[in-house]
Amino acid sequence: MLTRILGGLVIVVAVVFGAFFAWQWRGELPPVTANAASFDPGIVAKGAVLAAVADCAVCHTQAGGKPYAGGFPVKTPFGIVYGTNITPDRDTGIGTWSEAAFRRALREGVGRKGTHFYPAFPYDHFTNISDGDISALYAFLMTREPVHQPNRPTRLSFPLNWRPFAAAWNLLYLRQGPYRPDPGKSAEWNRGAYLVAGAGHCSACHTPRNALGAETKSDRFGGGEAEDWYAPALDAASPAPVPWTVDELYAYLRTGYADQHGFAAGPMQPVVLSLRKVPDADVHAIATFIASISGPRDATARKRQTEGALAFAAQRAVTTTGIAQGGTTGSANTGTVSGATLFAGACASCHHSGGGLPISRPVALGLSTPVNEPDPTNFLRIVLDGIQPPLGHRGPIMPSFSGALTDPQIEALADYVRTQYSRGGRWTNVPAALAKMRQQQTPTMEAP
Amino acid sequence: MTVLNVNGQQHEVDADPRTPLLYVLRDDLKLNAAKFGCGLGQCGACTVLVDHTPVFSCLTPLAAVEGRYVRTVEGLGTIDKPGPVQRAFIEEQSAQCGYCIPGMMMRAQSLLEKNAAPSDAQIREAMAPNLCRCGTQMRILRAVHRAARLMTVEIERPMREAER
Repeated sequence: MLTRILGGLVIVVAVVFGAFFAWQWRGELPPVTANAASFDPGIVAKGAVLAAVADCAVCHTQAGGKPYAGGFPVKTPFGIVYGTNITPDRDTGIGTWSEAAFRRALREGVGRKGTHFYPAFPYDHFTNISDGDISALYAFLMTREPVHQPNRPTRLSFPLNWRPFAAAWNLLYLRQGPYRPDPGKSAEWNRGAYLVAGAGHCSACHTPRNALGAETKSDRFGGGEAEDWYAPALDAASPAPVPWTVDELYAYLRTGYADQHGFAAGPMQPVVLSLRKVPDADVHAIATFIASISGPRDATARKRQTEGALAFAAQRAVTTTGIAQGGTTGSANTGTVSGATLFAGACASCHHSGGGLPISRPVALGLSTPVNEPDPTNFLRIVLDGIQPPLGHRGPIMPSFSGALTDPQIEALADYVRTQYSRGGRWTNVPAALAKMRQQQTPTMEAP
Repeated sequence: MTVLNVNGQQHEVDADPRTPLLYVLRDDLKLNAAKFGCGLGQCGACTVLVDHTPVFSCLTPLAAVEGRYVRTVEGLGTIDKPGPVQRAFIEEQSAQCGYCIPGMMMRAQSLLEKNAAPSDAQIREAMAPNLCRCGTQMRILRAVHRAARLMTVEIERPMREAER
């Protein structure tokens, strides 16, 4: 009896497994020889814009490497996945891929030979890209310089290194596109929503992910993680003290600075840099869509929050004389240094509101998003590493304080800045977050 | 009173705890190697080492360095007996106006303590926070390479002599 039950179970498992295996099976698409000269320059230019919106280069280029030749390590909770070579090299790149194979890759996450990709490649977003735009992206990539650079194998642990697992993931989480416009909204809003959902894949970082690494659909744009930075919420939960408007977002995405929010930092720097290749109209469309989902819905509430935040920031703004009167607490002799003392000596020369500065003025700390985020990660990152423009580019510079200040000093400073410049309540997890960051390797700048 | 360890010597300093370390070094201790450039952490002329790490002393309050090990160019050697980094900068004639050089030397010192034979790219990356407006960057690069060799020779020579 028992053997019959067991035997039956084995058969059922085998059948289910076999069915799954057959279902996930994708055949090889025939190799082609594409002629770079055959692509229409206008289509290639359109593809260049989409590739900039998608910022393909960031994950498909290693530090100091040739563009699109792969090798960049994408850290995931499951291991490291390396960006692949997407230059038209026939041996190591996508030189033998037909447009049909490229479309299948973007829509279904399957390579030309039928291999499933890992969702670190955001095909769950690229599936939203229209047929015409996929053709343009294909034309753009096939006209790049072919680079012979073999792909690096992924470093995932068993059983995730078995690629059909990605097919099971698709069954759960992949909803194939393309994007369908919302007829109730303006053409510009729809353009923005399309770019954000598809090529831009904004929610890939700005949405929390579940245990299987999929975006939590019910909390889209609710704030996530990117390269060890906190990617703030873009929806109603946005931590920005002044709710984002179209104009502020447009300025931020276009120039990297918005005067009521501050500078782009961390992984947003390369995004802003890449958007320089994107026309004003498309950047404005993205700003239009994001602003429509960000902050309070109701106009009165938005106005009230804006006025409240500006008044609070103005009230807390430090003048140099204010520091002289207010910052004397704490003594170096006791071994504990007060956050106010450290702020006065280390931060106030730039973060004060009186007089001029020979450099770009930082945003009032009361309006700063990192200071007002529920999570201290970005604040601590900026204190430790500063804000550095990519090598060879101009930009705002905040120096690194990782050597100047000890951990207890940074904790005291974080406490002071948070209570002084935010109404969000004290951060409770600063020591743990700081200790974790100190163990991570300091980022190195990329060669220009 | 704040107790400060600079180049291995203890000093008692009577200054407001918020005072930048740079002012204490120059005005109270008369150690004038570190220079005031911008006061905003943008130029690196004030670079000194705190616990072996380069910091901008113009943005480091006195209170933050009590009980920690501060090093300045005065600690690298003397006029009669310059240290390897100082010798390399002299031999390569790296200084034009010389204002940035003390900061450059301290950052080079810290790099070479962590990496005995840095590549050109590693030197450029490490030295990036320090600016020179005269245009002596190429000579500074050569000086750092030379200092790396001098330091290695200085370690190896006594070892070779001991072996004989």
